[in-house]
Amino acid sequence: MIAGAKLPLDLRRKPSWRATKSTLMSVLMGGAVVAVMIPLLAVLYSVITRGGGVMFKEFPAFFTAEIPLISRKAGPGMGPAILGTLLSTGGATLIAVPLGILGAVFLHEYGGKSKFATIVRFMTTVMTGVPSIVMGLFVYLTWTMRFGYSAFGGALALACLMLPVVISSTEQMLKLVPSNLREAAYALGTSKSRTILTVVLPAALPGIVSGALLAVARAAGETAPLLFAVGAASAYNPHLFTEANTSLSLQIFGNATSSFVAAQERAWGAALTLMTLTFLLTLVARTFTARLALKR
Amino acid sequence: MLDLRGKSATGDRAFRWIAIGAAALVLLVLGLIALVMTSRAGPVLSKMGLDFFTSSRWSAPDGIFGALPFIWGTLFTALIALAIAVPISLGVALFVTQVAPRWLKKPMVYMMDLLAVVPSVVFGLWGVLVLSQHFGLGRSFLTAGIILAVMITPIITSLAREVIETTPPSDKEAALALGATRWEMITAAVLPHSKGGLVGAVMLGLGRALGETIAAALVIGSALGQITPNPFAPGNSMPAVIANEWGEADDMHKSALIALAVTLFVITIAVNLIATAIVQRSMKRSGGKT
Repeated sequence: MIAGAKLPLDLRRKPSWRATKSTLMSVLMGGAVVAVMIPLLAVLYSVITRGGGVMFKEFPAFFTAEIPLISRKAGPGMGPAILGTLLSTGGATLIAVPLGILGAVFLHEYGGKSKFATIVRFMTTVMTGVPSIVMGLFVYLTWTMRFGYSAFGGALALACLMLPVVISSTEQMLKLVPSNLREAAYALGTSKSRTILTVVLPAALPGIVSGALLAVARAAGETAPLLFAVGAASAYNPHLFTEANTSLSLQIFGNATSSFVAAQERAWGAALTLMTLTFLLTLVARTFTARLALKR
Repeated sequence: MLDLRGKSATGDRAFRWIAIGAAALVLLVLGLIALVMTSRAGPVLSKMGLDFFTSSRWSAPDGIFGALPFIWGTLFTALIALAIAVPISLGVALFVTQVAPRWLKKPMVYMMDLLAVVPSVVFGLWGVLVLSQHFGLGRSFLTAGIILAVMITPIITSLAREVIETTPPSDKEAALALGATRWEMITAAVLPHSKGGLVGAVMLGLGRALGETIAAALVIGSALGQITPNPFAPGNSMPAVIANEWGEADDMHKSALIALAVTLFVITIAVNLIATAIVQRSMKRSGGKT
């Protein structure tokens, strides 16, 4: 790059229409960035101002009080929904993360390019594309119809959504573990399962955790899978397996179309709570990724 | 004393089978979904036959279920969403990879990630209470399309960015060395190289838009029987109908809603598979990592 060197023939100076067009296109691309930021900022603005207003007007009560039975009644209360979201998302995490990691271990450590592994990998891609409402209906038909509404039904549906995501993100991470780590372990006479548990998985752990947390963050915000499985409670229900429960996302969905301002206000408050939760999870996931990058 | 493997052989084998079981679970769940859903959709399909897909009268009390308006609504809103999201996503992806200074890259990727984790119901809430009320759009195909566009933009952008970044620097440098402007370099080197992958990225966005339920259910307007190309009309889409009508549905009605879910399932799976195939092929050809 010898910019500014004096050439006898200046090839770049005069601003032709080609240069103008290039600049114009760059400006348009910048415009696309602005166009993306507008809805993000608008949503953040609405959620923070309106949700924050509700949340902090009656500060701790919003997080602890029960949901008013009469929806036009003003006042706080999303406590049961927060508990419900934690229950169903937590249950889904306990189901999907270990199974997902094991599935990925099979795909990468045992299956490799075998026919069965190829089919499973393909079906994992297929499963990622299943619309969340279909998962919700599936769980309703197989679980809720028999055992009734519960947070666990929601957990099952969310777990179905998370499973393929955890499998493929974990498999990507296992691919990054250098194979000489495995070979070193085998050379010491370590069995395969022990190698996987004590060498391979720990080496890939930050990446696996990051992928799993992103899946959890997505699941926490899901509504459609919970719609038919969780029911509509307005009181605290700490039981995972029995009785109708609720969640933040369900409360937002129900209250969004309400004509009562009080209900809408609660929806904004629930939205701010839910967004804070998902953002925090994403942030933690990011720091794990950053640590992984540092290690390398 | 120096038995370093010995008794762990059983444990070793057990672990292997547990891993196989976990992997097989994917097949089991998918198989069950297909089986349960299609068997429950049976009653309405045997009653309505192909009319389920081609007739446009949907009247639960009369037991008549024609899903064409909802199929139309799903496709129409998804197309509106693509028309808005594709140019913007491409613009952002090109800006991040080709135009933006290095220090700006990270915060912008971060911002797109943030947009990607906003729960869809929050977008729906914003769509209902802000976008449709204060911008005079009402609840309509267009409102749903806009909300869906916002939701699929991060996905298309991040895939497009990955695809574009596989362009060999030598291709770009060659174009620049021949005196191409930045835009000419993009059209001559970057876009031809990433064409396949970009098509795949758009298709994955389409798959996502087709299956998105909650935001669409809130803003599309829940009007019956509208097959119109007017984006300002209120309409309905398959996932929205399922979400809104399930609560008060009787058996035949439920069967019809499940048949809608099966239709949606088949369409989204097909779109996703084609997309994945396109992305993988183009990634392989360009030697990039998938």
